[in-house]
Amino acid sequence: MLQTVLDADPVGDATSFRDTHLTAYRFMLLARMLDDKCAGLYRAGKIHGGVFIGRGQEALSVSIGLSLKKGDVFAPLIRDTAGRLAFGEPVVDALRTYLGSVLGPMRGRDGNVHRGRPKEGYLPMVSHLGAMVSVVNGTLFARRMKGVTGMVGATCIGDGATSTGAVHEAINQAAVEKLPLVLIVADNQYAYSTPTSRQFACRDLADRAAGYGVESHSVDGTDLSACLKVVGDAVARARAGRGPQMVVATLLRLCGHGEHDDASYIDPKLKASPVGRDCLKVAEEHLLRQKWADATALAALRGEIVREIEEAVAQVQREPTPDPFTEDWRAISTGHLNEGQEK
Amino acid sequence: MSITYLEAIREAQAHALRDDPRVFIYGQDVGAFGGAFKATKNLAKEFPGRVIDAPISEDAMIGLAVGAAIEGMRPIIEMQFADFSTVGFNQIVNQAATLFWRTNVPCPITVRLPFGGTSGSGPFHSQSLETIYAHYPGLVVMTPATVEDAYSMLLEAVAIDDPVIFCEHKFLYYHLKAEKLPSEALPVGKARIAREGRDMTIVAYSAMVHEALEAAAELVPEGWEIEVVDLRSVKPLDTDTVMASVARTGRLLCVGEAWPWGGVTAEVIARVTSEGFGLLDVPPQRLNAKDTPVPYHPNLWTAHRPTARAVAAAARKLLRL
Repeated sequence: MLQTVLDADPVGDATSFRDTHLTAYRFMLLARMLDDKCAGLYRAGKIHGGVFIGRGQEALSVSIGLSLKKGDVFAPLIRDTAGRLAFGEPVVDALRTYLGSVLGPMRGRDGNVHRGRPKEGYLPMVSHLGAMVSVVNGTLFARRMKGVTGMVGATCIGDGATSTGAVHEAINQAAVEKLPLVLIVADNQYAYSTPTSRQFACRDLADRAAGYGVESHSVDGTDLSACLKVVGDAVARARAGRGPQMVVATLLRLCGHGEHDDASYIDPKLKASPVGRDCLKVAEEHLLRQKWADATALAALRGEIVREIEEAVAQVQREPTPDPFTEDWRAISTGHLNEGQEK
Repeated sequence: MSITYLEAIREAQAHALRDDPRVFIYGQDVGAFGGAFKATKNLAKEFPGRVIDAPISEDAMIGLAVGAAIEGMRPIIEMQFADFSTVGFNQIVNQAATLFWRTNVPCPITVRLPFGGTSGSGPFHSQSLETIYAHYPGLVVMTPATVEDAYSMLLEAVAIDDPVIFCEHKFLYYHLKAEKLPSEALPVGKARIAREGRDMTIVAYSAMVHEALEAAAELVPEGWEIEVVDLRSVKPLDTDTVMASVARTGRLLCVGEAWPWGGVTAEVIARVTSEGFGLLDVPPQRLNAKDTPVPYHPNLWTAHRPTARAVAAAARKLLRL
């Protein structure tokens, strides 16, 4: 599944710089359009449960996805459609999970953003914020015990999760064990409806890293070039053995918490400020300005992506959904240790 | 030569570390210090790099174990006291317990909980938490009552592919002794008849098995023959063995050290009454700790938990019904 992971050096020569931007832009656009498609299916009543999209966070998310290699570990959060795709998740995995296809990785047992393929280093999030960080630590810890070197593990949280005990414990744990962890903090100004003024009182979340003995990096999350550079550097430093890295990106969530949420609480002043820029538009303008792409090429790309998504939706909608009568209803892998099973 | 319950736990871990390179131990003070109860004494020296001190971070300890299990390792996590596992509760019940169901990838972690009351330990070093873990799907909950079971069940806990909450009773650590370690054992999921009898069945587990056995001995001069069933694991719960015993005796008393609301004793009675109502000659009874935090002072503590005397009293009452 990791066929799309690029072994790209985002700070390399001019050609690879341009190619990385084009690749990143493609994943960002694919993520935006896939998210929008899921939002549309939700509004049409085709999706059970919620839909959670990453509008406004694609530049940051794609940067982590592209900075990772095959063999790395990635535990994305709810706004990481772009990062998931860039890490190698096929479009159908998202759709199969949202639409409950039994052919998807979660087989209708879990839905929406709770998807992954643990055996491929792609960890499925639980809803409890901050809980994935120590799990990533565990994968890195185990690999080190097995003598595997040169890998990194990355995970994403928001400003809200930084308030949890789980995140504190896990950063400290990674620091004590000097694990190659990259913690991406998307400071998107709101945790559901709670503004950062009610979430933390420190000047900058990046300042917290020093207290853990961890290196930190700040970045404008609306600027793809900056995200590629800063996240890429952080991943490289972790890979080189400099211990855990924390990246704090400043941006604005350009949607509700989920598609059920109209986000009416978002301060219009923030929307009008530089933090409220749409990273996809910024990236597109950059491509045009640099003449790395023209309007025709971008229109063609959009057409291609629409076809890809529509074909995938049509395919997944024909796939079987779970059958409660053939479901084995076993939460324990050791058959006879399930209650009510034949011995 | 004799071996204690605690030594059996240490020996089982040594055995697991020796036999399986995927096994490691992670917990507070488990390294050079050998653990708060010395359950990992000398293991760090014997198995360098595989018995590792953790920061005081129960949540992150379990999270790390889950990540390592995904990578194919078999971590043993020592909670210093079962009481502190509540800090790691989220990772146990939402991460470890759901992984297999959600992803088809098993989660072979063993969480050792030194649990239960000892004199003078008070509200935060005495809790019995088997009930809350058994309530969650996806977990196996073991409650060994004997030195032999402490050893063989811990080995099985590490060997099986699922998350195991291993409840080891601190009261049994030093008191309970056996001549030698067992070479074979009943499989997990099978209860054991700890004492045969015809007049009443007492179902118990962990330290309460010994209180029940003492009570049964106390009732012999009065002419009663009490059968004692040791559940061994509370999840899965071996209903068959319990029902077969009740079919023989017609009377049922369930004893647990956990709090009374819900729980293992309630579960046993619910199953017997719903599946074997006709087997009962009299209404089944249960005996638990009192519904307060576990008290510190021995005067209060001995009245708070079921003791042999309390079990015998409850049994006499039931036998007169």
